[in-house]
Amino acid sequence: MELDIVALSRLQFAITALYHFLFIPLTLGLAILLAIMETVYVMTGRVIWRQMTKFWGGLFGINFAIGVATGIVMEFQFGMNWSYYSHYVGDIFGAPLAIEAMMAFFLEATFVGLFFFGWDKLSKVGHLTATWCVALGSNLSALWILVANGWMQNPVGSAFNPQTMRMEVTNFAEVVFNPVAQAKFVHTVSAGYVTASVFVLGVSAWYLLKGRHIALAKRSMTVAASFGLASALSVVVLGDESGYLSTEHQKMKLAAIEAMWETEPAPAAFTVFGFPDQEARETHYAVHIPWVMGLIGTRSLDTEIPGINELVEHAKLRIKSGLVAYDALQQIRSAGTTEVAPAVKAAFEDNGADLGYSLLLKRYVDDPRKATDEQISMAAEDTVPNVPTLFWSFRVMVGLGIFFIVLMVTFTILSARRALDHYPLLLKIAVFAIPLPWIAGELGWVVAEFGRQPWIIEGVLPTAAAVSDLGASTVLMTIIGFVALYTVLIVIEMGLMVRGVQKGPEPDNEPEAVLISTDIVPAE
Amino acid sequence: MILHQLIDYEILRLIWWVLLGVLLVGFAVTGGFDLGTGALLPFVAKTDVERRVVINTSGPVWEGNQVWLVLAGGAIFAAWPPLYAVSFSGFYLAMFAILVALILRPVGFKYRSKRDSAAWKSGWDWALFIGGFVPALIFGVAIGNVLQGVSFHLNSDLRIFYDGTTLFELLNPYALLCGLLSVSMLVMHGAGWLQLKTDGAIADRARAFGSIAAVLTIVLFALGGIGLWLFVDGYGFTSAIVTDGPSNPLAKTVARGTGIWFNNYGLYPWMMVAPILGFVGAVGAFAGLRAKWERTTMLWSALSITGIISTVGLSMFPFILPSSVDPKSSLTVWDASSSHMTLFIMLVVAVIFVPIILAYTTWVYHVLWGKVDVVAIRDETGHSY
Repeated sequence: MELDIVALSRLQFAITALYHFLFIPLTLGLAILLAIMETVYVMTGRVIWRQMTKFWGGLFGINFAIGVATGIVMEFQFGMNWSYYSHYVGDIFGAPLAIEAMMAFFLEATFVGLFFFGWDKLSKVGHLTATWCVALGSNLSALWILVANGWMQNPVGSAFNPQTMRMEVTNFAEVVFNPVAQAKFVHTVSAGYVTASVFVLGVSAWYLLKGRHIALAKRSMTVAASFGLASALSVVVLGDESGYLSTEHQKMKLAAIEAMWETEPAPAAFTVFGFPDQEARETHYAVHIPWVMGLIGTRSLDTEIPGINELVEHAKLRIKSGLVAYDALQQIRSAGTTEVAPAVKAAFEDNGADLGYSLLLKRYVDDPRKATDEQISMAAEDTVPNVPTLFWSFRVMVGLGIFFIVLMVTFTILSARRALDHYPLLLKIAVFAIPLPWIAGELGWVVAEFGRQPWIIEGVLPTAAAVSDLGASTVLMTIIGFVALYTVLIVIEMGLMVRGVQKGPEPDNEPEAVLISTDIVPAE
Repeated sequence: MILHQLIDYEILRLIWWVLLGVLLVGFAVTGGFDLGTGALLPFVAKTDVERRVVINTSGPVWEGNQVWLVLAGGAIFAAWPPLYAVSFSGFYLAMFAILVALILRPVGFKYRSKRDSAAWKSGWDWALFIGGFVPALIFGVAIGNVLQGVSFHLNSDLRIFYDGTTLFELLNPYALLCGLLSVSMLVMHGAGWLQLKTDGAIADRARAFGSIAAVLTIVLFALGGIGLWLFVDGYGFTSAIVTDGPSNPLAKTVARGTGIWFNNYGLYPWMMVAPILGFVGAVGAFAGLRAKWERTTMLWSALSITGIISTVGLSMFPFILPSSVDPKSSLTVWDASSSHMTLFIMLVVAVIFVPIILAYTTWVYHVLWGKVDVVAIRDETGHSY
């Protein structure tokens, strides 16, 4: 990849988005865990649960600050680096971002201040309400961001308007209830819950190994293990749903994840292991499990999943159809306000869905209509994403997902048997598992977004056509600026996290509050 | 879905133009006082305890305040996509500087008191100063450039090209004047906040600096008006105005000339209310700071901010982002909006949620009402920064 403006803009977006997502999953999950812990405190009146809420809340705050700071970068960057994208799809894509701010981020950001500053200013139930508002706000935030992202993967409810030269919304309900967005939302927030659960579990395991803060650590582990188990199962179920939906909406992404070069007779086999070779179009040393891919991808035994080579041929046809639409569009535009011939109108309406495919040719020729057959073949080849990257990212992510289920089952059983501190080896595994959810989460985004290439909006707008007309050196400068600033911040953040964990909870010496109900027996 | 036909496209565009102003004023009035507080931090607070008192005045609320900016960004994207696309990429390096400053702010608030080292704390104090001063300055500089027109043009695909918008071109004298006006107006407002939330030396210093800022606001606002009359070309339609046509800026023709930015005040004399509010509010804030009107000073400074921002919008109406090199590419209220349906949907969402936001924000400010407790800060109790 030579360092052109497209590559640099993509690099900057990838860096800032992956960095932002280092902080988001912990915010999503820890907010809910804090709300659960504080609910137990309010219901039982046991002070240790308040102490737990404050302790994990302190770590939450360190993480939250950078999440907020880097979130604004994401929102501004569409306009800064992707101005043609912003013009082309702002009519649809902008709405969920604005709704996110109104419905979710205001709630989260307004109440997070009360969470930290309101302990002495609010009643118990009042403070609990603030905590739940933070949890609700952060999760609703994720909903709207994934509605926006889901539309990039599966652009429903919209149509191209030749007069304004952009996509415009035709059915907003379809955009909101986009099945891809809904599956992605649950998959992503569940992944956040797993991240927070593994974090709480790992830090608590470290306390048990050191023999410190035992009461706090055991209770935290119990909450984290059961919450983490439910979430880890949800991640896999909804991940499977996302995969199933890809069969419908993003066939190329699915084929690339599977390194499935040729269409196989149904039901297709799943490749567990192998070395995909993009040049040779084959997977070396592949280990297959028969039937599994067909079952996961189509939930049937007789539906074929198209392979990469077949999809490239299919892309060629769509490019040709797109060229018809492109030509009709030029005629409609040059006609201005005068009416065009019905044949031209019909040509645009019939082929308009493939207009985006003709834009893939812009990389090779200024006027796509002048493209040679060879250029059309090259553009069709471009629709294949980087197969080895997707193949491996996906497998590591799924492997980690299964590991989290095993981990959470183990600790749920240990907790039920009151044996959390009986097996030091398991505790050590929990400590070393702390970074793993972050790896899985980042790889998830690699699969989702790298797998969407060469499209910024699947089938509608190629990434290369979406960038701003900026100088490469300008963008290189801001990349260096972001990397420098972000590196300093993460070093400081990690330092403060480690100090926070080492310091442990603040002593809470206030007398036990009165139980609000004598029916509820506090857990020991 | 045909519900959106209930409100004319023209009216929706007008409503969203007003809402754009409401959001910018919302950010300047809420986020503005903590930017102003940040810019005042090194000057009004000398000791560590004093600095922590200042930081804790806005500590619990700045996050919510900043969402007004996030919402303004999102709403511009949703309701005025071409404006979002042209301004954010056209002011690329300026936006980058704002982002860096805004990134320093949350971490500054959160991390400053996590360690005892003096160097650590003083480093974050400077970060908070930059996080307040730099965005205040750049937002003003950007507005100053918008008033003069930005050098961009659109091709027939509506792709945006910039014709030499370098960072240095943006830092021209008129834009810098607007930048200083923005800083002084937010410092005036921040001082109003500090005298409300603190006592003693800090409040006294805030009043002193705030009074200077109020005077500067009056002077710079007047100079800005004179400069606009004498040196800045306005823009006007030379083709018939179509208010409900498709959002394609290239369908019109535009001419530029001196004094055009003042035409609206002749056509609609009621618009004079905005600049008058700008002055009267600042005079009221000055009087409030001198006479120690603890509770009402901020109302006056908020009024001044509302007047000054509205003056910019009203002077330019219906233009929202003129192009200096290719005037017909200029973005206006009538040709740079989202589709009829999107504007309608977003209006429904705003009508439902903005009152809810205002309600719980008011409640939170009510809970946090009162001066920052210096004793609690000194003893490090009560979860303060």
